[in-house]
Amino acid sequence: MAKSIKVRASNKNGLTTVKALMSHPMKVEKIDKKTKKVKPAHFIQTVTCEHNGKAVLTAEWGAAISANPYLSFKFKGAKAGDSLKVSWVDNKGKNASVNAKIK
Amino acid sequence: MNSKRRTLLKGTLAAGAVSVAASAGLLAPRTVLAAWPKSAFAAKGVDDSLNALYGMKGAATSGSIKLKAPDIAENGAVVPVTVSSSIANAESISIFVAKNPQPLTSSYALGSGTQAYVATRIKMGKTSDVVAVIKAGGKLYSAKKEVKVTIGGCGG
Amino acid sequence: MKKLAAIVTAVVMLASPFVVNASPQKDLQDFRAYFKNKFPNTPMHDFINGVYSIHKASREQWEAFEEFPSYEIYVDKGEALFNNTKFKNGKGFKNCFPNAKRGIKGKYPYFDEKKGKVITIEATINKCITSNGSKKWGWKKGKMAHLSAYLSYKTRGQTIKIKTPKSKAAKAAYTRGKAHFYAKRGQLNMSCADCHYYYSGSKIRADILSPALGHTSHFPVYRNKWAKKGGDGMGTLHRRYGGCNKQVRARPFKAQSAEYSALEYFHSYMSNGLKWNGPGQRK
Repeated sequence: MAKSIKVRASNKNGLTTVKALMSHPMKVEKIDKKTKKVKPAHFIQTVTCEHNGKAVLTAEWGAAISANPYLSFKFKGAKAGDSLKVSWVDNKGKNASVNAKIK
Repeated sequence: MNSKRRTLLKGTLAAGAVSVAASAGLLAPRTVLAAWPKSAFAAKGVDDSLNALYGMKGAATSGSIKLKAPDIAENGAVVPVTVSSSIANAESISIFVAKNPQPLTSSYALGSGTQAYVATRIKMGKTSDVVAVIKAGGKLYSAKKEVKVTIGGCGG
Repeated sequence: MKKLAAIVTAVVMLASPFVVNASPQKDLQDFRAYFKNKFPNTPMHDFINGVYSIHKASREQWEAFEEFPSYEIYVDKGEALFNNTKFKNGKGFKNCFPNAKRGIKGKYPYFDEKKGKVITIEATINKCITSNGSKKWGWKKGKMAHLSAYLSYKTRGQTIKIKTPKSKAAKAAYTRGKAHFYAKRGQLNMSCADCHYYYSGSKIRADILSPALGHTSHFPVYRNKWAKKGGDGMGTLHRRYGGCNKQVRARPFKAQSAEYSALEYFHSYMSNGLKWNGPGQRK
């Protein structure tokens, strides 16, 4: 699961730009028209990005976020060499986490 | 435990309370995650969703929000969207697709040093307005842009 | 099938605007000149970006994707496959592709004089697997596409230099591929050339037709359209060939068939001089 979150974080003049790509199907709930069988939704619900133990961004996602989701944001207060923790939890309770180095 | 739960359920206060508590170490990230706004995501209209998220319904159109999205989406399943704003003290950004069965796609709680900027890729069922709402200083501001979703010719 | 293909080749060659005896080099020159003339605002090196080299609005969306392209997930998977796969006899991909990390996709496709056929990178991957005792992979998606994406990514930036067919057999394969490209087929009676040569830049419903020049530079390709189920949009060139044939309501050939390999041979040769660019992300 190590590579399920790819993060590129770079700091320029005190502003850190973060780009993340996550491996996840992000499936919308589907109901088979004939059998009426429900294929449950499977998607990342929450993405937490932390720097020095503080949440710099918390994303609440629904199934309308595209498969293999992308996220980008910018924040101040970090410097090159610092660590950024990005983690997600999906609606099935699965989770993943990565510690990325800010360049 | 109960008092923390009640705080998390209230829209406006929750965002502030949660971020303060987290930095003070009172709430482990796991508890924060318990606050996934189910009713906001289930809401069938933008206003109902806003109400569930922030306890407010109306958002004032703002020229200070830049919503970047294609005029014609190449593929409705992956539409790149960027929201950025110069509005001061922005706490939260939410992105809606007005004509999706459940309009709310995502909501972002910004830390104190985090810019009012977010980029992601969303699913659109059909041609619709994409609406960005920013919560700042107790008020809601919005901007929208129509994105056309078409039927291509090249399947395979 | 072979007889039919030969007949089609003959008919097309008689009908085509190109003289049968023109050399592949002359074909290439004419091909490049045609597109340069058709899209004067596109610098030659940019044709590897397909429709995004000829249409500004599409390009902006593609650039948004290139900020962090979806195929990176599958290049990583391909790398893991390359490094970690162990065949039945204990050997690995390193034994077949010792120089993979230096970028070896540029060798393919080539005409193998001894075997008398066009060899593609996917064919070589499966040859590696089966000759070492393991079961072969599917040709169109999944592991094959992921490993091909990794090998392709390592080759990025190298110049496309498909060897000019010299022998009679090589020229025959090239001509067969060229014939497929220009031959009308299917219920819609359309050729590859109809969309990607004569009408490139025009619209087919809401899609803009990409120019054939530069096409094969960015394969395997991540198609957003293929990613609808579960997110894996990676697919090989022959997967796309099959899809295109189906779209004009023609019966597709099998992936890695002699027909598609010949088409790949001609199609790739037509991008000589441009740079390898794979894998690409497309709608």
